[in-house]
Amino acid sequence: MLLLPALLGLAFLLIPLIGLLARAPWSTLPSRLFSADVWTALRLSLVCATAATVLCLLLGIPLAWLLARGEFPGRGLIRALVTVPLVLPPVVGGVALLLVLGRRGLVGEHLDTWFGFSLPFTTAGVIVAEAFVAMPFLVISVEGALRAADPRYEEAAATLGAGRWLTFRRVTLPSIAPGVVAGTVLCWARALGEFGATITFAGNFPGRTTTMPLAVYLALETDPDVAVVLSLVLLLVSVIVLASLRERWIGGLR
Amino acid sequence: MFRRTALAAAVVALTLTGCGTDQPAASSQSGDGTAVSGTVTVFAAASLTGTFTKLGKDFEAAHPGVKVVFNFAGSSALAQQINQGAPADVFASAAPKNMDQVTDKGAPTTFVTNSLEIAVPKGNPGKVTGLKDFTDKNRKIALCAAQVPCGVAADKVFKAVGLTPQPDSLEQDVKAALTKVSLGEVDAALVYKTDVLAAKDKVDGIEFPEAGKAINEYPIATLSKAPNAAGAKAFVDYVLSDKGKAVLAAAGFNAP
Repeated sequence: MLLLPALLGLAFLLIPLIGLLARAPWSTLPSRLFSADVWTALRLSLVCATAATVLCLLLGIPLAWLLARGEFPGRGLIRALVTVPLVLPPVVGGVALLLVLGRRGLVGEHLDTWFGFSLPFTTAGVIVAEAFVAMPFLVISVEGALRAADPRYEEAAATLGAGRWLTFRRVTLPSIAPGVVAGTVLCWARALGEFGATITFAGNFPGRTTTMPLAVYLALETDPDVAVVLSLVLLLVSVIVLASLRERWIGGLR
Repeated sequence: MFRRTALAAAVVALTLTGCGTDQPAASSQSGDGTAVSGTVTVFAAASLTGTFTKLGKDFEAAHPGVKVVFNFAGSSALAQQINQGAPADVFASAAPKNMDQVTDKGAPTTFVTNSLEIAVPKGNPGKVTGLKDFTDKNRKIALCAAQVPCGVAADKVFKAVGLTPQPDSLEQDVKAALTKVSLGEVDAALVYKTDVLAAKDKVDGIEFPEAGKAINEYPIATLSKAPNAAGAKAFVDYVLSDKGKAVLAAAGFNAP
């Protein structure tokens, strides 16, 4: 009964990829592939997505822990607010970031006057934009894992004299590791494909803020063939990374 | 990425048809003496958004029962959509190049031209005086990417004056460049004169003598596969009429 819709679902997800492969200009592919611009954009994409994921892990795991284990009024509301970047169109997210962290923004204004530093149009700006959009994916899956984890193990560790930090590190984290890995993978993938917030907040400059999705979009304006090639490269790299992560981490954990 | 673009296009299309049907359908009952009827679908360059929306309303008033539906986007994206079979009646492009990309069409007519102007945030905080300030690394500068018409025009201007600009960002379209100016994120950007005029509450414009080196021509044409051929011709005629010209001139466009 479930097989037909499942196959339909699979086809729905895969057919656009087949379209991409079918339209790819295979004869000129190598020459288009080995241009410096492609590698610059790809490297920047990988660096920024990874940095954004690290940022999300550092901030997102404690946030998930707070949402799952903290007892404070308005927790439901805060949990809903954390997911705002998920429903917000990324371009709107980019504008919101500009209004806060831009040169004239609420916080950015002070960064600029005190330190002479402004985030827009920098690689750091790309990382911030990607982290903003991708963090909810991490928070939601880690929070889910924390809720599913049995708190009695933590209590047992506490009765045996472990402090909160030690308990978190040695008991809580290992028990939610699959959730953290899944969240990290989702977060990284989302950051890698991020377009709207990045181009709005960080602009577009080759080598500094032009990530692969931005390069694809601009290539589409003039040469759809190049856009297809760039999309394939991004697709291939993300599939390789995601598949190898799954093998090594999730496979090893179960 | 393709998937997302396609999805976005679908959403835009849905929104557009939604807007179309939202308008009072009752008026379409009042058939009159004119041969024009039904819906006219116009694909127009993003920089025509304000003027064509107004022209569409005027056209509907002049032809009761007719509805005009717009799809505003970058000219190159529109040209691709038309070639992929989008049901458009009229195409108004911001550059002859994108008009040439469309194969099945009537003879295009250049209906307006547009030139570049320097846009600075209100009060000109970066104290920008002219094109030479675009070469200053300490100023934040936005230009259009070379892939879009306003970027091509900017390249032409800088080549003509022999300056190498130092942009901080190459924006995906002229409106994005203008947004960066109106938010004060950049000290200056090169945009169209009409964009400066449309955003005059938020940005100041600085004219420069070399703007004449890169005049952008806007061609308009009916499409051979137009579902509403009579409507397409009537709308193009309306844009080229004195009434149409007046609306376009008021927005800062120049006559060809």
